[in-house]
Amino acid sequence: MSQTIIWTIAIIAGLGLVLAVILWLIAEKFKVVEDPRIDEVEKAMPGANCGGCGFAGCRAFADSAVKAPNLDNHYCPVGGNDVMQKVAAILGHEIKAKAPMVAVVRCNGTCEARPTVNDYDGAASCKVKAALYSGDTGCRYGCLGCGDCVAACQFGALSMDPATGLPVVDEEKCTACGACVKACPKAIIELRAKGPRGMRLFVSCVNKDRGPAVKKACASACIGCGICFKTCTHDAIVFENNVAYIDYAKCKLCRECEAMCPTDAIHGVGFPKPLDREGIKARIKERQAKAAEAAKAAKPVEKEEQ
Amino acid sequence: MSRTFSIGGVHPHDSKISRECAIEPLPLPPTVYISVSQHIGAPAKPLVAVGDKVKVGQPIAEPGGFVSAYIHSSVSGTVKSIGPRPDLAGLPQMCIEIAVEGDEWMEGIDTTDTLVTDIPSDPKEIIEKIRLGGVVGLGGATFPTHVKLSPPPGKVCDMLIINGCECEPYLTSDFRTLLEKGEQVVVGTAILKAALGVDKATIAIEENKPEAISHIREVISKMLKVSSKYAGITVMTLKKRYPQGGEKQLIDAVMHRQVKSMALPIDSGAVVQNVATALAVYDAVQKGKPIIDNSVTVTGECFPRQANLLVRVGTPLQYIIDYLGGVPETASKIISGGPMMGKAISNLQASTLKGTSALLFLTEAQTKRRPAGNCIRCGRCADACPMGLEPFLLNRLALAGMTDELEKNAVQDCIECGCCLYSCPANIPLLDVIRQAKGQVLGIIRARAAAAKAAAGK
Repeated sequence: MSQTIIWTIAIIAGLGLVLAVILWLIAEKFKVVEDPRIDEVEKAMPGANCGGCGFAGCRAFADSAVKAPNLDNHYCPVGGNDVMQKVAAILGHEIKAKAPMVAVVRCNGTCEARPTVNDYDGAASCKVKAALYSGDTGCRYGCLGCGDCVAACQFGALSMDPATGLPVVDEEKCTACGACVKACPKAIIELRAKGPRGMRLFVSCVNKDRGPAVKKACASACIGCGICFKTCTHDAIVFENNVAYIDYAKCKLCRECEAMCPTDAIHGVGFPKPLDREGIKARIKERQAKAAEAAKAAKPVEKEEQ
Repeated sequence: MSRTFSIGGVHPHDSKISRECAIEPLPLPPTVYISVSQHIGAPAKPLVAVGDKVKVGQPIAEPGGFVSAYIHSSVSGTVKSIGPRPDLAGLPQMCIEIAVEGDEWMEGIDTTDTLVTDIPSDPKEIIEKIRLGGVVGLGGATFPTHVKLSPPPGKVCDMLIINGCECEPYLTSDFRTLLEKGEQVVVGTAILKAALGVDKATIAIEENKPEAISHIREVISKMLKVSSKYAGITVMTLKKRYPQGGEKQLIDAVMHRQVKSMALPIDSGAVVQNVATALAVYDAVQKGKPIIDNSVTVTGECFPRQANLLVRVGTPLQYIIDYLGGVPETASKIISGGPMMGKAISNLQASTLKGTSALLFLTEAQTKRRPAGNCIRCGRCADACPMGLEPFLLNRLALAGMTDELEKNAVQDCIECGCCLYSCPANIPLLDVIRQAKGQVLGIIRARAAAAKAAAGK
């Protein structure tokens, strides 16, 4: 009886030993040597696997970053400069700090400004709604309000404001991964530089129709009047397809365009002081008067370039 | 022993409340807006300029590609503008605006009622006349008819099926056409038969239209005495079932043949044309009259005056509704087409197209969706799907954005009939989601095909 038990234990142990050796040999033979730095970089990453960097996940990003000659094409928007510094230290690269970005909703069409003209009764998805028709308001460019962007955000940074019917970005939580930008069928959400101390200006409208049609659909849309374009002294405003766009790289945050916009379509965010509309308007008027005088003095009349 | 298709399908209430209303012509509107994309395929290119005088039946836009069609002026008058205008979904479409002045027709169009029974024998001549007449499939898809009648080399057509099912509830324009223009439809069928060079043609009618069935039978026996060219045309009675008027379902019902995934009906040896298309073919070939009008059913329980109207293409919807007494107060949804496959109208300033078959008014009680619940895996949607798909699965895959799996599960075969949504006890908006996913997957398939073509060309 006891002999049977001893034999059983011995055979099983022996079998285990032999198999272990075979497994070890195979493992040695087919070993894939992986750069240990991939693990290190992956550990330094936020681990959200959001795909905001353009790679399939943090591991794919780490793998690619280790192989790349420099880090110019690698940037983790979620981790930002802190994480990139750590990654650069591991890999021994130099990096330039990038301006932090934030998602911005470019639609002004609150329930009040943009009345509904029909009721939508289909699936609660912007994607489905956009494929069906122009939307339940008169504006076919504006926010559809079904919250595809909210569903796409992994960081809980977006929420629908029931009062306005528009999504609201929580700047603290937004990592600028760009998932909402991809989810929005109307291309309303844009990633913009957060700006110095969080101050930034942007045109909160993407309607490309002509003024009268836009005005009929929404009270606070960009009507394409071009006043901001004419006012801007920093060449920061692009005016195309009846809609203005502020280039954040060139914008000097003087807020002149914001003060001049007749429909309040230009939004200033993060400024410590409220907008001094009258003061700015007076300033612009004074400058324009001076410029006119100077132009008169310097004859022959040359076209003034702003 | 009437036939029907083999899988899926539903039995919605018939509601053909406008069936006794004879087709009446609508008075000319003051202005028409004729869209240049009234068909599947490339938009037509305008041939007229602002300020031009046009007559009824004059071509105002030419085909913009192989799969495209001529557009003709439906009225006589002056071209006021050419530019984008919101369609019934509020999306801009290029339209030609014509202010109506009198009713002067082009020379060469036979406007009399005499029946021309002499059929041209050359298929090429017929197809060219159909092309010049701007004829497109009036069953809903508005596919250019001349393209359908020119099968790719090697494909043989065994049977022509004329679709008189009108399986959608409420719609009666095809039924009225069969009753009132039966002779013309039969001659049109014979012309289509000659163009395809087939021996057999079947006019398929559902059993809920017995008057139409007996009338067409009488007409055929009458026409047989006129010419032997009318031999081989039969009438087939089909069981009432939705979506029998779907091309693939109809081929299954009539010929007991299946059309493979992503294949065309011609691959199964069939060509399907609608009753209204047969009439348009008769007009184009025998009378020289292009598609300038079509019959539109205006109906709904809440709509006081039911009607089947003969409407000029490009008539503003508001004008039609005002003619019949305006939008009733109880109406909460207006649909262009039938209740199953039609499209809700969000813009009444839009105009009719060649393929507009109905304006349907529904009350809130009839149309309001109940809140969606959770899927209980009862499988009713899969039972109802006439294409043998699994809508509950497609819905979940679409919500997860799994396009590869969607393609494997044949979302591209969805015919958007709405049987799944109709049968779902949890009111899940299956079709809404699947239709969007289908568009996405078809885009991927097309892009892949284009890439393969480009690679092969290198």
